[in-house]
Amino acid sequence: MEQKVGIVSYGAYVPRYRITPQEIGQVWGTDGTAMGKGLNVVRKSVPSPDEDTITISTEALRIALTRGKINPHDIGAIYVGSESHPYAVKPTATVVAQAVGATPYLTAADFEFACKAGTAAIQTCMGMVASRMITYGVAIGADTSQGAPGDALEYSASAGGAALVIGRENLIAEINATESFTTDTPDFWRREGQRYPSHGGRFTGEPAYFRHVGECGRRMMERAQTEPKDYQHVVFHQPNGKFPQRIGKSLGFSEAQMKYGLVTPWIGNTYSGAALIGLANVLDHAKGGDRVLVVGYGSGAGSDAFDVTVTDRIESYDRNHGRQVQEFLDGGVPLSYAMYAKYRGKIHLGGS
Amino acid sequence: MTVARFWRETPRRYNLGGNRCSACTTVYFPPRAVCPTCQKHRQSLGKMEPFTLSGDGEVFSFTLVHEAAEGFEMQVPYVLALIKTTEGPLLTGQIVDISHEEVHIGMRVRAAFRKLREDGRAGVIHYGYKFSPARENGGREAVASPVSQEALARAAARTQGTART
Repeated sequence: MEQKVGIVSYGAYVPRYRITPQEIGQVWGTDGTAMGKGLNVVRKSVPSPDEDTITISTEALRIALTRGKINPHDIGAIYVGSESHPYAVKPTATVVAQAVGATPYLTAADFEFACKAGTAAIQTCMGMVASRMITYGVAIGADTSQGAPGDALEYSASAGGAALVIGRENLIAEINATESFTTDTPDFWRREGQRYPSHGGRFTGEPAYFRHVGECGRRMMERAQTEPKDYQHVVFHQPNGKFPQRIGKSLGFSEAQMKYGLVTPWIGNTYSGAALIGLANVLDHAKGGDRVLVVGYGSGAGSDAFDVTVTDRIESYDRNHGRQVQEFLDGGVPLSYAMYAKYRGKIHLGGS
Repeated sequence: MTVARFWRETPRRYNLGGNRCSACTTVYFPPRAVCPTCQKHRQSLGKMEPFTLSGDGEVFSFTLVHEAAEGFEMQVPYVLALIKTTEGPLLTGQIVDISHEEVHIGMRVRAAFRKLREDGRAGVIHYGYKFSPARENGGREAVASPVSQEALARAAARTQGTART
């Protein structure tokens, strides 16, 4: 790519409530401790009744705009990637744009590609920024997804999101190149009108997550002419805490390289937000010159990878404004399953 | 609330859009057509300019709501407060992201963007400002204190107790 593009600013947001696999397991008569250990999930985030993908996206973007001292009217595009948009028809992105004061002279749309809609939004913004169609593009990945009660997904499906402002100048991280790998693989889906998603059980592993993330990661490194040792940090999509560890190891990355990019064990699987929150945590800790490999994944299925180099500007960038990701990983108010069921609308209240 | 009415109020609910009298600099929220502070109200005609509140303020007074307004049933009990904004206007808002026992008069808060209510299962979703505890660096307080094993055990014990009965 001739025109340098990259990340000008970023922000992340995770709701305050948490529930543990043990708490979920004892309701359904399963060994929650074993389930948590198997998934490498210690706890997952739960949104308040008044939070959804729109509020999470708005909070994350407001932090990003303040940190980067960005005039909202300079934003030319806002794309929100999610599989839990509050409306089936009516964009999330228009509410977010209005709430951050970016309207009316911009384009906006919602993206959906299971868990990788946020990384698809980054690629779209990169193209528009590089071609000088716009000054800044905003890519958001956020979700408040749910698993059916008692389903394995319920132990990990959580809520959270992150926003990246993509531009050409004042970059805190340059995106050197991007790569994608896409096939028709039905590992996870939700049909129109269905409340909870369905999945192919073990089929979500080898032919889906591992094949796509592995192929995309390898091709990204071939294109960038890099090896795992060239990266200080690596971020994978993380539907649980185990998959990213396994694919990282098979690609040749160490636990130290995955340390900051792995956030799911403490907040659960934030779906479209997962890879972006992992990247936000890396940027919270990164030094100028650090190189980062990011590989997202969305069921259905596809992977997007990014070869990123953090610039020296990160040192003077106001990343202490608002909450850093570590606070979300450490903090939280524990919920009982009863309160969790109430907050997530799992209790039928009668009436229409 | 009709769709059109809520849409008209969007700038206020989303971004705390008020106005300011350019003659005496008094800030109003919601915006006013004339400035009642100016000695001669007519002096302010045509001089009211748009002004967006920062969202920063402190709790002036508050109450704990047990009998919920329609659409707030899931959040009972919740705190409704009068917020004295940094720019001057006093406005009403819900306090979120804090246990109601910890809310106190004088507590610094900052506007948060939340869902206010839904017009039934098929209607429009209304969004707007609420308030959460503020912090010095411009954000809000930490999500909460770190999750302790004791707190997790208490939560688990509550559910176990419920299940046994």
